[in-house]
Amino acid sequence: MNRDRRKFLKLLGFGTVALGMQPGRAFASIDDIKINRPDSYGVLCDVTRCVGCRSCEEACNTVNRLPAPDKPFDDYAVFEEKRRPTSKAFTVVNQYQTSKGTLFRKIQCNHCLEPACATACLVHAYQKMPEGSVIWDEKLCIGCRYCMHACPFYVPAFEYESPVPRIRKCTLCYDRIHTGQLPGCVEACPMEALIFGKRSDLIRIARERIRKSPERYLDHVYGELEAGGTSWMYLSSVPFHEIGLNTSVGTYPMVEYTRGFLSSVPLVLVIWPALLSSFYAFTKRNSEIKKHNNGEHKEEVKNSVHAKGVE
Amino acid sequence: MNEIKEWVSENIFLGLEVKEYLRRLITPFNIVAAGILIIGIPLIIIRYMQGLGAVIHGSNDQPFSLFLGWGLFCGVPLAATGYIMASAVYLFGMKDYKPLLRPAVLTGFVGYFFAVMFLLVDLGRPWRLPYPMVRSFGTASILFLIAWHVALYLTVQFVEFSPAVFEWINTRKLRKWAEGIAVGATIFGVILSTLHQSALGALYLLAPTKLHPLWYSPNIPIYFFISSIYAGLSMIIIESTLVYKFLPGRVDPQNFKVIDRLTLGLGKAASFVMITYFFLKIIGVAHGADWHLLFTRPYGYQFLIEVFGFVLLPCFMYVFGVRTGDAKLIRMASFASVAGVILNRLTISMFALNWELPHREFIAPKEFLVILTIITIEILIYRWVVNRLPVHREHPEFTGEED
Repeated sequence: MNRDRRKFLKLLGFGTVALGMQPGRAFASIDDIKINRPDSYGVLCDVTRCVGCRSCEEACNTVNRLPAPDKPFDDYAVFEEKRRPTSKAFTVVNQYQTSKGTLFRKIQCNHCLEPACATACLVHAYQKMPEGSVIWDEKLCIGCRYCMHACPFYVPAFEYESPVPRIRKCTLCYDRIHTGQLPGCVEACPMEALIFGKRSDLIRIARERIRKSPERYLDHVYGELEAGGTSWMYLSSVPFHEIGLNTSVGTYPMVEYTRGFLSSVPLVLVIWPALLSSFYAFTKRNSEIKKHNNGEHKEEVKNSVHAKGVE
Repeated sequence: MNEIKEWVSENIFLGLEVKEYLRRLITPFNIVAAGILIIGIPLIIIRYMQGLGAVIHGSNDQPFSLFLGWGLFCGVPLAATGYIMASAVYLFGMKDYKPLLRPAVLTGFVGYFFAVMFLLVDLGRPWRLPYPMVRSFGTASILFLIAWHVALYLTVQFVEFSPAVFEWINTRKLRKWAEGIAVGATIFGVILSTLHQSALGALYLLAPTKLHPLWYSPNIPIYFFISSIYAGLSMIIIESTLVYKFLPGRVDPQNFKVIDRLTLGLGKAASFVMITYFFLKIIGVAHGADWHLLFTRPYGYQFLIEVFGFVLLPCFMYVFGVRTGDAKLIRMASFASVAGVILNRLTISMFALNWELPHREFIAPKEFLVILTIITIEILIYRWVVNRLPVHREHPEFTGEED
């Protein structure tokens, strides 16, 4: 028994060290990000200004050196279906028939303040940069695709056709904004439907537009709070679900939904060994008593059970 | 030298001349298996040369296809056999279940091993499988926990099964060491299993808007854990049913006398677990206020079929089987229960996920073949081990010894 226990403790010690790494820097709180990074950048997309010219798609294709599209960028037949970003197109514009006529909306990574993809990644291949971009590191990714599961906006795309596949998505033109350039799509937009700036400024601008033209805008900035807040935000004249935005996403960052489970992990690690060892001890005691009751040396046993208590 | 030769002949070739051994390999089952491997293995090679898309029907709409839905999300609960039986025998002192202990541990070990094999095909960059252990730690990720636990538990299960291996190669010393840590390994194994079985469900906590509300629940980790218990119990019944039927020569004759009684006992345990699970599922619907979704097409009906047809019904089959002492009914119930767990895991990892996206496809013939290939290899290896190692019988040299 003693030997068992020592070995067991050794085993358990090793396990606990391995598993105890779990909590770590899991939860940078959302307030932290909002308060400590007021200078992070974002984009405000004013859906009422978008005319569906697809210039942003073309610019994105150029600056990211993506393969030529199946249909040229001036082919508006693409609007017949609802597209999503792919590994070959980080942004797409869709057309929606809404209660206020035809509207267009650009889709790309929304660059969440507390990204679900980064929470999901088991090798930390995703990072939310101080500039606002959510970027992905090719050197670490193992290709498990859990980020694609996690993203509430269905954004990360995977190169299913490559033996050395990458996850592909918008980076908010991380390399360009670093050198003072605008993201490709923002620079290309002829309608100024896209504004690049500090996120806090963008929210002020959005509120100002709503205040000045309440008949033109819905009194809501999508992305200010959605999914815990995103760096890419939308202004619209119609309810956001009419232009294909996920309105059930709530205002908590996705990591909040896993917090409870992750906090229960150390509890199981501490309580289970005690609980299971007690089961083992009870069982052993019972079988010993039984053995002795059936057995030869009844007297002797009685003494030893009494003397030793429960073993 | 001669000694080794003798051992190989006895323990690898089952005491037959090599020619005779090879001749006996030609059986209908083996011919079918060979046919599957001849088609399937090239497909796996193509996957590594041309990317996942060449054989697997994954897409940006369906990031985990049937391949991982089966290989990981079904494979892990069905391999829960090991921790169930080890805790019954070692922690709860149910020594009379010992004839089923090694089969259960072997089923668990092989199941986990092949879950990793499935991952090695399905990961975009499988050569980076050890990254979460050695390179970069995404500690906030539930998948990180699963990676660590599966790796550790695979090791634990090997240790738990190792007495059989040590008996096979006839080393008393190592066997003694392995039996010395059996209780510790069992406790560690139960901890790991509790956490990663439930963590597989917890993966979906991160996608509250993407998984259909009938399956999404804050309790989903508990559902996954509890269903893994009855999945494990049922798999032990299925395993013994198949081995006792198809490989009776490898089973200790004494075991045939007790197997019906043990099967009834397992069925009784499963019925308790399943009725608990059933009520937890109902509570989940109440908690999410999802009653109105129950009679919607197709998800509502699918949920009802799953919960009533594949949980409550097999549960009642278990109950009646136990009441009437009908081991046959228990065996039927075990197949139905496992089918229910498979249905549940595939629903959650595929059908009910991203349910709001239009036009999704699930099955691709090539992918199905690759899955069949890996299952075939799994069965062949399992059979190879049962044919040689003391799994369903005691090793003559070690008869009656404790472990």
